[in-house]
Amino acid sequence: MSTERSHEEYYVPAQSWLPIFMATALFLTVFGAGSWINDMTAQVGTGTSRAIFIAGALLLAGTMYAWFSKVIRENHAGMYSPQLNRSFVWGMGWFIFSEVMFFAAFFGALYYVRNLAVPWLGGEGEKGISNLLWPNFEATWPLMNTPDSEQFPGPKEIIDPMHLPLLNTILLLSSSVTVHFAHTALKKENRQKLKMWLGLTILLGIAFLFFQVEEYIEAYQQLGLTLEAGIYGSTFFMLTGFHGMHVTLGAIILTVIWLRVMKGHFTPEKHFAFEAAAWYWHFVDVVWVGLYVFVYWM
Amino acid sequence: MSAVIDVHDHGHHGPARGLMRWVLTTNHKDIGTMYLWFSFIMFLTGGAMAMIIRAELFEPGMQLIEPEFFNQMTTMHGLIMVFGAVMPAFVGLANWQVPLMIGAPDMALPRLNNLSFWILPFAFALLLSTLFMEAGAPNFGWTFYAPLSTTYAPSTVTFFIFGVHIMGASSIMGAINIIATILNMRAPGMTLMKMPLFVWTWLITAYLLIAVMPVLAGVVTMMLMDIHFGTSFFSAAGGGDPVLFQHVFWFFGHPEVYIMILPAFGIVSQIIPTFSRKKLFGYTSMVYATSSIAFLSFLVWAHHMFTVGMPLAGELFFMYSTMLIAVPTGVKVFNWVTTMFKGSLSFETPMLFSCAFVVLFTLGGFSGLMLAIAPVDFQYHDTYFVVAHFHYVLVPGAIFGIFAAVYYWLPKWCGHMYDETLAKLHFWLSFVGMNLAFFPMHFVGLAGMPRRIPDYALQFADFNQISSVGAFMFGATQWLFLYIVIKTIRGGKEATQEVWENPEGLEWTVPSPAPYHTFSTPPEVK
Repeated sequence: MSTERSHEEYYVPAQSWLPIFMATALFLTVFGAGSWINDMTAQVGTGTSRAIFIAGALLLAGTMYAWFSKVIRENHAGMYSPQLNRSFVWGMGWFIFSEVMFFAAFFGALYYVRNLAVPWLGGEGEKGISNLLWPNFEATWPLMNTPDSEQFPGPKEIIDPMHLPLLNTILLLSSSVTVHFAHTALKKENRQKLKMWLGLTILLGIAFLFFQVEEYIEAYQQLGLTLEAGIYGSTFFMLTGFHGMHVTLGAIILTVIWLRVMKGHFTPEKHFAFEAAAWYWHFVDVVWVGLYVFVYWM
Repeated sequence: MSAVIDVHDHGHHGPARGLMRWVLTTNHKDIGTMYLWFSFIMFLTGGAMAMIIRAELFEPGMQLIEPEFFNQMTTMHGLIMVFGAVMPAFVGLANWQVPLMIGAPDMALPRLNNLSFWILPFAFALLLSTLFMEAGAPNFGWTFYAPLSTTYAPSTVTFFIFGVHIMGASSIMGAINIIATILNMRAPGMTLMKMPLFVWTWLITAYLLIAVMPVLAGVVTMMLMDIHFGTSFFSAAGGGDPVLFQHVFWFFGHPEVYIMILPAFGIVSQIIPTFSRKKLFGYTSMVYATSSIAFLSFLVWAHHMFTVGMPLAGELFFMYSTMLIAVPTGVKVFNWVTTMFKGSLSFETPMLFSCAFVVLFTLGGFSGLMLAIAPVDFQYHDTYFVVAHFHYVLVPGAIFGIFAAVYYWLPKWCGHMYDETLAKLHFWLSFVGMNLAFFPMHFVGLAGMPRRIPDYALQFADFNQISSVGAFMFGATQWLFLYIVIKTIRGGKEATQEVWENPEGLEWTVPSPAPYHTFSTPPEVK
């Protein structure tokens, strides 16, 4: 197909109800969530705000289902030219870049507190004068004793990187390999292997999430490592928590792809939805490697 | 393949009728129009807040409003102008013009495009609704420094945070769409180095948006966690640091100010060659200069924080890297001036705004250079000198750029010429008003008047009254702009296809007004 013809057939969809539903759903979700959180902090009844949030979240899920279904139907009807597929490729690539930058903000914050803010508070370095605030404070990392231990009681212990986190590293790294095998199988039109490797990837992802939950329970119940445990707990839970949410989303995406494989979707030549899901999974994996090295291990 | 052809034919009908046309549309021209109107409504809203601020500052002492409300006004004015007026206006211009300028049938992802727009009215309804809540609107300044925005914030900060989240999502989706359109939808033969500069500057702006809007989402999320869930990112008592907030915020914030000026650079680079009747001087260097500015924007953020207590090495690094930005910016100003040199100039309204842009933006750049010098910034920091500086780059920079673009392309959009006399009046009143409003701020700032304070010492009274008169003049003049635009939409001299004298670009090869669907078959670019 020449470039010119693919240009001619660029599919510009007619009017659509999907975006306005999505915008409304987003609004209800964040308005509900904001009211809910405010009500909780103010310790008043949360019934209405929670209902708004749940309505918004359900509408959001429903709209996304309808939107992706429509895109799949249009794709199967042959409305999408190779050029339009390239728009999807660019879109997914830049979306993942935006996610990288989101994590960069939290990694940057971790770097800043570990190497600058906490040592300064402890009296080290060029801005060590900050030590005047809490003269007895000593800088350590992991930060077990916070400057104001009454307001922010530090953790008793931290997670041992050589147990659950190591296991989780192995699980997630293997899942990146299995999703690659699934891709190879798809390109070789070996559907049986495709189903198996993709299914295994999802199971590995779920196992990862299971152990992550175990680790959080241990942190809260035995180690005193909580969100309130000073800056170590803050960075630990925000980084691993957002990563865990991305693994959850990735596992949902892969499950949808697996269900589509079961329905016979995708050909060895045309399967960008699969590739996009795999990219996302690899991205989540790379973030984990950063987490394992900088949050758990070093 | 018959499905393809059916849909294709369907696409050639005109717009649907009634209100739902606007709600459901996937057409880049409709969505561009909505972005531009939304931005104008926000411009008037944020402008009304500026009028309240200037009325209070007309005399020393407290006259009209409470200090608490004054803080809400300065905060909301900044947030609305940045996120509600300037950014959506540029996205609206991109929606209208990028497909027309690269010969594409529409934006790459039309439904996503509609979603990007319709999130905005919701996000700003959420933000503005805080004005009517018991706790009052956010009052911590548009830069929302912790702990003002965490420990000491009104409860409505939660809605501010979620509002920022969804408008950030809107910006990221919009930027992804623009990048995909530019990289994937150019007409055959239009190589990257043949793209019009407005398209180039938007490509780079979109990259900046995708790089920094997630960082903004990250920093407001940290605030949310600190306020409601007991974390201590910005509390030294738990080992965090309020200065951390400023680092993360300005890592977003500095590229953000280039997001608000790069598209204006592109607009001026389109307009000056047309009215100089010459080709743009130094096209290639313009592209490289814009890329350099974008690259450097990631390395200068802490020049907003010289007085916060950074190590000396930090002060020096950020001082020199900031001054380095003057080099590519100087290249651009040189190229605009050289384009005009020995041209057959004429001064229609878009050209008037562009000339004012070149001169006054440069002036704002010079005060920026002064602020970049760390040791003297200790004197200027948080004074009206800073307010003068960034209003000089945003009003005659970003906003004059938008006015120039609207006058330049309005005949293409609606098929009528605007009223040149009234438009020139709009230019001159805006020009005089804005200089009266912002120039005296340099003097009161250097003399030590702090920003964001509703009262001031007696000796600043004269300059503040001049500022207020200028601000009212600038504000009132924008109703004239509204009148001119509505008048042009409803009638006026028919515009020709080219509108101007031999302008360059694909947008001038389609009829005026541009049909609902253009370039369904891509043009060949030689």
